Order: sequence, then C-alpha cells, then structure tokens
Amino acid sequence: MKRAGFSTKWLPILLLLPQLLIIAIFFYWPALHAVTSSFYLQDPFGFGQTFVGLENYTHLTSSVEYLKVAKFTVLFTVLVTFFSLALALLFAVKADKVLRGAKTYRTLLMWVYAVAPPVAGFIGLLMFNQTWGPLSDLFKFFGWDFTLGVNYFDTAFAMIVVSVWKQVPVNFIFFLSGLQSIPRSVREAALLDNRSGTRRFWDITFPLLAPTGFFLLITNITYSLFDTFGVIDTLNKGEPGNNPMTLVYKVFVDGFRGNDLGGSSAQSVILMILVLALTVFQFRLIERRIHYT
Amino acid sequence: MAQVSLDSVRKIYPNGAEAVTPSSFHIEDGEFVVLVGPSGCGKSTLLRMIAGLEDITEGTLSIGERIVNDVDPADRDIAMVFQNYALYPHMSVRKNIAYGLKNRKTPKDVIDAKVAEAAAMLNLNDYLDRKPSQLSGGQRQRVAMGRAIVRDPALFLFDEPLSNLDAKLRNQMRIEIKALQRRLGVTSIYVTHDQVEAMTMADRIIVLNGGRIEQIGTPSEIYHNPASTFVASFMGAPPMNLVAGELSEGILSFAGLDVPMTVDHRGPVTLGLRPEDLFIDAKGPIAMEVDLVEELGAHRLLHGRVEGQQLTVHLAKEIAAKTGPLRLSCDPSHLCLFHPDTGKRMDVRHKATPQARSNTTVESKA
Amino acid sequence: MTDISAHAHAIAQTRKRTWFKLETVFDHAILILGSLLMLLPLLIMLQTVTTPDLETMKLGPTFTIGTELDDNFRKAMFEASGFSGQNTGMNMLKNSMILGLGFALGKIVIGMMAAYAIVYFRLRFATLAFWLIFTTLLLPLEVRILPSYEIVQQLGMMNTYQGLIIPLIASATATFFFRQFFRSVPEELIEAARIDGAGPIKFFIDILVPLSQTMIAAMFIIMFVYGWNQYLWPTMITTDENMYTLVRGIKQIVQTLEGNNIPEFGRANMLALIAILPPVLVVIFFQSWFVKGLTESDK
Repeated sequence: MKRAGFSTKWLPILLLLPQLLIIAIFFYWPALHAVTSSFYLQDPFGFGQTFVGLENYTHLTSSVEYLKVAKFTVLFTVLVTFFSLALALLFAVKADKVLRGAKTYRTLLMWVYAVAPPVAGFIGLLMFNQTWGPLSDLFKFFGWDFTLGVNYFDTAFAMIVVSVWKQVPVNFIFFLSGLQSIPRSVREAALLDNRSGTRRFWDITFPLLAPTGFFLLITNITYSLFDTFGVIDTLNKGEPGNNPMTLVYKVFVDGFRGNDLGGSSAQSVILMILVLALTVFQFRLIERRIHYT
Repeated sequence: MAQVSLDSVRKIYPNGAEAVTPSSFHIEDGEFVVLVGPSGCGKSTLLRMIAGLEDITEGTLSIGERIVNDVDPADRDIAMVFQNYALYPHMSVRKNIAYGLKNRKTPKDVIDAKVAEAAAMLNLNDYLDRKPSQLSGGQRQRVAMGRAIVRDPALFLFDEPLSNLDAKLRNQMRIEIKALQRRLGVTSIYVTHDQVEAMTMADRIIVLNGGRIEQIGTPSEIYHNPASTFVASFMGAPPMNLVAGELSEGILSFAGLDVPMTVDHRGPVTLGLRPEDLFIDAKGPIAMEVDLVEELGAHRLLHGRVEGQQLTVHLAKEIAAKTGPLRLSCDPSHLCLFHPDTGKRMDVRHKATPQARSNTTVESKA
Repeated sequence: MTDISAHAHAIAQTRKRTWFKLETVFDHAILILGSLLMLLPLLIMLQTVTTPDLETMKLGPTFTIGTELDDNFRKAMFEASGFSGQNTGMNMLKNSMILGLGFALGKIVIGMMAAYAIVYFRLRFATLAFWLIFTTLLLPLEVRILPSYEIVQQLGMMNTYQGLIIPLIASATATFFFRQFFRSVPEELIEAARIDGAGPIKFFIDILVPLSQTMIAAMFIIMFVYGWNQYLWPTMITTDENMYTLVRGIKQIVQTLEGNNIPEFGRANMLALIAILPPVLVVIFFQSWFVKGLTESDK
C-alpha cells in the first residue's frame, strides 16, 4: 500500500467487487464443492447422494488403474520437465552467444508458445502419421514400427515429444532473459578468471541462472500435470481406451464421461493438495531467492 | 502568502513508532525555513504532515489563519517539489505544469499565460513540448518548480529537491531556487540533509534529530552558538571540534589551555572549537601532532591529535603547513561548552584577559 | 573498469581466434536444428493445404506446392462439418476472437481495478482481500472443473459467451501482475497528483492508466493467447456447434481425418493453421512487450 493512499471508503470496495464476486462464485464455491462432494457417493442417475466419508479416497488408493495412471503421470512429468528445460537451456545459451541472427533465432524458437496444446497434439498426429509421418518414417528407418494410438508405449512417447515441443519455447524465453540479465561485468570478470568456456558456464552462468531454473521447474511440473490435457486428449483421439493418460485427464474422464462425481472429486482434491504443496515449495524458493540476489 | 504554525504536532505510526515528538514552531510570512537533520530524523515526516500527505497524530497545524489538520492536500493552497521530481512521465512539460491548474478548472487562456510565464522564468521555453525523459536532471527539477510556481500557492514545500543532482548542478540550482523564492516572496519550507544547503539558503534553520527539534535559529546563530553537541557536529564542514576538557574553580583547562570563565558546572566538560577559530602560534598553549594536511585550494585543513583527541584546524591558503608537531592558540571568546552527559550547551561568561595565565603555563612546562 | 573490460575482450579475442570457426559453426548448427524442429510441422501443414487430399494420403508431405490452396481455404472457412452445419471455420474464428479478446479485456479491466483498490487505498480489509484474491493463483481451473461446470449449468450459462469467459477470469494472474507494477510506481507520483488536486478517479485515468500502457499491452497479448488457446473449458461449456471455437473444434477436425475414406488433410490442416496463426502473429509482432510481460510476471 502506498503511504499517501486515498482514504475514500466506497470506491475501493466498488473496485474490488467484480473480482471478489467472480472468484466467490467461480472459484471458492466450486473448490469447496469439490471437497465436500469427495465425501459423497453420487447416484449415477441423479437421485441424491449418500455420505461415504473417506471411501472415495480409499477406493482410489486401492485402485490398480488409478495407481497406473499416477505412475504414468509421475514419469510423464519428470521426462517432460527434464527435456523441456534441458533443450531450452541449450538453445538459450547458444542464442545468447551468437552475434549474427540472434533475433531471428529468438523468434523461430519462441513462436510455438502461442500454439494451443490440442493443436500441438494435432500436429503430433501429422508428424507420427502411420503411413507417412516424418517422425514415424525416421523411426521406421531404425526398425521401430511406430503405431500411435495402438501401442501404449508409442502413444506415451508421442505425448512426451509433443508436450516437450510445446513447452521448450516458454523455458527458452525465460532462460534467455535470465542470461541477458547477468551483468556484463560479471561475465567479464569470469572471462578474466577462467579460460574454459564450459567451466565458466558451470561455475558462473549456471548458478546465476538457478533462480530462473527453480521457478521454471515448478512451472514445468504444473504444465505437465495440467496444461497437457489438450495434447493428451488429441493424441488419444478422444478415446482413452487403453491409452496412457494423466491424473487430470482421469478426473475429466471419470467425472464427465463416467459420471462418478464422488470419485472424480476425490481425485480433484488430491490434485489440489499436490498443487498447494508445489506452490508452498515455490514460495519458499522465492523467499530464498530474495536473499540470494 | 501565509504564516505557518505548528502547535505540539506529533506523529506516531500505526506500528507505535514515534517519528516526530510534539513540535512547535512558527514561520513568518515570506520566510525561507530549512528543516535539516540526518536521515530518519523526522524532517520529511514533518514536511509531509504539513503537506497533508501524512496524518497528524496530535497537535494543530495552521496555514494562514486556517487550521488545516483535516484539509485535503489539494485544498491546503500549497505546492511541493519532490526529491525525484515526481513528474508525470507520459505528459509533456507543458501538461505537467498545467495539470494542477486544469484540475482546478482554471480557464484555458489563464493556464496558457501562467505556463508561459513560469517557463520564461525558468528558461524552459524551448522544452515545453518535450517529455520528462528527454530532459536533464536540472531541467526536470525546473519543471517541478514550474509546476509549483503556476499554482501561486501560499506555501512552497521542498523535499530534498537537489539530492538527485550532481554537485555542480546542485550549487547552481541552490542559487536559482533561493533567488526565485526571494522574487516571489512565497513562504517556503525546505527539507534537506545537506548542511551546506541549509546554511546558504535559510532565513532560519530548524535542526532535527531523532524526531526532536534540537535548535531553531538563523544560520549564524546555529553555526556560532549551537545548542547541543549534535548541532555542533552536524552543522559546518568540517564540523566543530569536540574535545574533552575540565572545569574547576572558574578555570576551563584543555591541553595546556587555561581559560577563566564563569559557569555553573564543575568537572569534565565537552569543549567545542570551530576549526577556523584555531590558529598557528609558535608560543601557543596547545601542542598538536599533525597527521595529514588536506589541501583544498582556497584553504587547508590540518588533521591531527592533541593529547590523543582528534582535532581539525582550518588554515588560510597563505599559511604553509606540514605534518608533524605544531603549536596552536585559539580565540577563547568563540569557545562553546557542552554538558558532558546531556550534550546541551552551557551558558558561559568569559572573564577578561584570558590568555595571560595560559602563556605562563606553557613556558613553565617548556 | 574500461581497462579491465578491454583487456578481457583482448583475451577473448586471442582465445577465439583459434577456435573461432568451429565453435561458431557448432553454435549456429544447434540453433538452426532447433529452429527447424520448431518450424517443420508448420512447413508440412503449409505444404498439405496446397495439395489435393488424395495426393497427401498417398505420398504424405512433399516438396511441391500444389494449387488447391483456394479450394481448401474455401472448404475450411465456409463449409461446415458436424450435424448442425453451423460450425464453419468463419464461425469458429469469430468465437475464438470473442473468447480471446473478451477474456483479455475482462481480465485486464477487473484485474486493474482490484489491484488499484489494493495498492492505492487505505482499506481496512485490504490484507484479507489480497489473500482471498491471491489464493486463486494456487488452484488451476482443471482441478475444480466439474463443480465449476455445474455452477455454470445452474446459472443457465451453458453455450453462452459469458459462461465461456467469466469463469476463466476467476483467477488473479492479471491482478497480481498489476499489483506488482503499481507497487513499483514511484510513491511521489500519487503525492504530486494529490497536491495537484487529482482525486482517486482522476489519478487512475489521467496518470496510472497512461503510465501502465506497456504493461497493459503485455498483459493483453499474454491473456489473448491464453484465452484463445483454451480447450478443456470450452469443450465442457459449449455443446452447441454454433459456439465452437477453433481450438475446441480441433477434436472434430481430428475426427474428419479418421472417418472419411479420403481424410480431408487440406481442410483439417487449414483449420489448424487458422487456429495457430492469430496468436502466433500477435506474439511475433509484439515480441518485446510479450517477453517483458511474461518474464516480469514472476517477480
């Protein structure tokens, strides 16, 4: 708050009202509702509900299918996060280094940010097309008969590739801006102290990028968990069947298609707790980061 | 034009910190008053209370005949110049200057005339259509002045207006502001932490420390008769020498110097000596070991020790100096005495022929 | 200082002279490879929209540019798929525009108002309001999607633009962003304005909004892209084909690839291109604003 803030009483309330109203109706109410309905069993035909306590949760933890989805989600998240960050860092370091064409490279490497996840999924369908998809052709050359949507592993592979492709640009933008904010004098001092470019990168540049990296780590985990919905839905062609899916996708499938509102809500609550934990972790990192700089 | 009166004005922040203890003073119509003190002494808070940007916790503030405690800043008939200029970055110089008048629904032709007049006064004619980002620091400060002038306020408030400028520009703007204030005759309150600005610009200076008023007086009073060791060490560059002396039986003694004087005090005392009140005297009573000669062109400063206490001496440029031992004398009528515990100034009545005994003391020692 | 940096440059220069070519070539090679990976799908799509579907089905993407561009464009924009015959490309484009613009505009207006109230007013419950608003940053829409859907249904907002847009606005990203920015605006500006006689509304309109121009532009781009690219929420809220957005429609586009004897690659890829182009062009043209907005929002 500003020291010399206005002391008008009604105006700030009026200014806050739309925001508060919207979040009350479309955020707090649904979030609360998700929590409460996770303790109830919904009648599939819409005739009332019965309180079942933690049954929805215990049912989940003992469900083989749910555990399988959870396992896939973890693996998916780890791989997508790792490869998106690593590739983006590589491109950012190179784009920061070259003198010629830096701006063109920047544009070419970031435009995919604006592609919607399901459209990215659609692009995946083209690239992995069974008859002539360039990537399927490439794999066929190495003797790997790629069958998207049929083979569990192949489909999972495609999901990861597409999700990484879609996420590299955001990470690239952040890493590049992080690199460019390293003071010139620090780089020059490093240049005097160390002959080896590789060593300079790991000793100086990489630690200075760490705050950006931590921030992106959380962002990428959140992305892998939630924002990849469109990618997965498109690559599954709307028919999950035996294909791989993530936890968020399962919330949607169970609740919206399977009409298992209680189970779906319990899954939502588990995800909420997961996100909250991530956010608390992130805030603590940001606190550390203030001390760091 | 207006007088300003503060009666026991006090500021306590919501967290309980007392930024300004109850303070009272009166500023005459057309007077230029400088509030000076180290950072955190409450001078800005005091100014901001006068401006209405900060609530007054206790006491009354009047501008002119009006008590303005609860009056909105816009209605106090004041204008303010800020440290970082606070120009509206998206408006041209002309619009910046005119904005206050526009909000007051002044007719357009009047606004134009006033802006033109102010621009001429401040040499801003060529810059009226530029944005603040295209101006130098000094020019921006002039625009901020222009914004204040066109309003014809009863009171000007300056909040460290020159501290963002380089030294040379600061000297120049100091003179400009003072001349402008003389010409317009508007009552002004000026906040600074720079004692040179305070000395050169003020009709009267108010020295603040720790939220309390230490002293109010003309620059000459403040300089020659500081009310406390704080004022003595804060005002003047280099500051007044403060050394430990001893008072007994109507005699003040310090390092071979013995001055008879009448004071209601016995025992240790803090002695204040301006560097320019000390002079080289081969037969002087004070033996100083000079460590460093600071060459300043127009004069020299000698830094050294007398009986282990730091002392600075001001020398005219004609007088040569070098490091090593040196003997000094001083004009005892310029001595100040402070209470060793409270730091408050003690009243002194000098006796006649102060040097007589000291010389003999020196000789007997030598 | 200059000595040191000049010296450093000299060292760099002598060191580089030996490695100059190999290292630079390697750097560029990586960047070109990366750019191609990003660009390749776009090139394939561009090629197939000019080619007859039969040819694409048999040969896949080639290096020849065909003559079917007009025809595919016409099919994509003006011919409808689905049952109602209403979701032409044109119609979906319109809906996407409304979603993107409406979302960006709503988010910015509401966010700025709330941020202004929190930063510039002495408000007793400001801290409470702050926490109420910023808790929304913690939980993405995806985890509360079903109850949100139910509410929209109960309010009778299914298949309406308000039902599409307003619930998406229920998070505080823009509010948070503008709060950060307002806090960085020098304190003296509001003080000067108050002495100049500007009230809260005047200060907002005369000073703060013009001052925030760049920030508003940056936010607008990010929010437009975000709104345009929404998928899950439109999928649930719009069941009426007349309300489909391009991104929502992608599912149907995929199905046209599956169902037909000859998959309509030309038409499908054209629609996908149209879904990609507006946000991509916005991001490319307003790159510096967009990057600024994106990277500063996390501070």
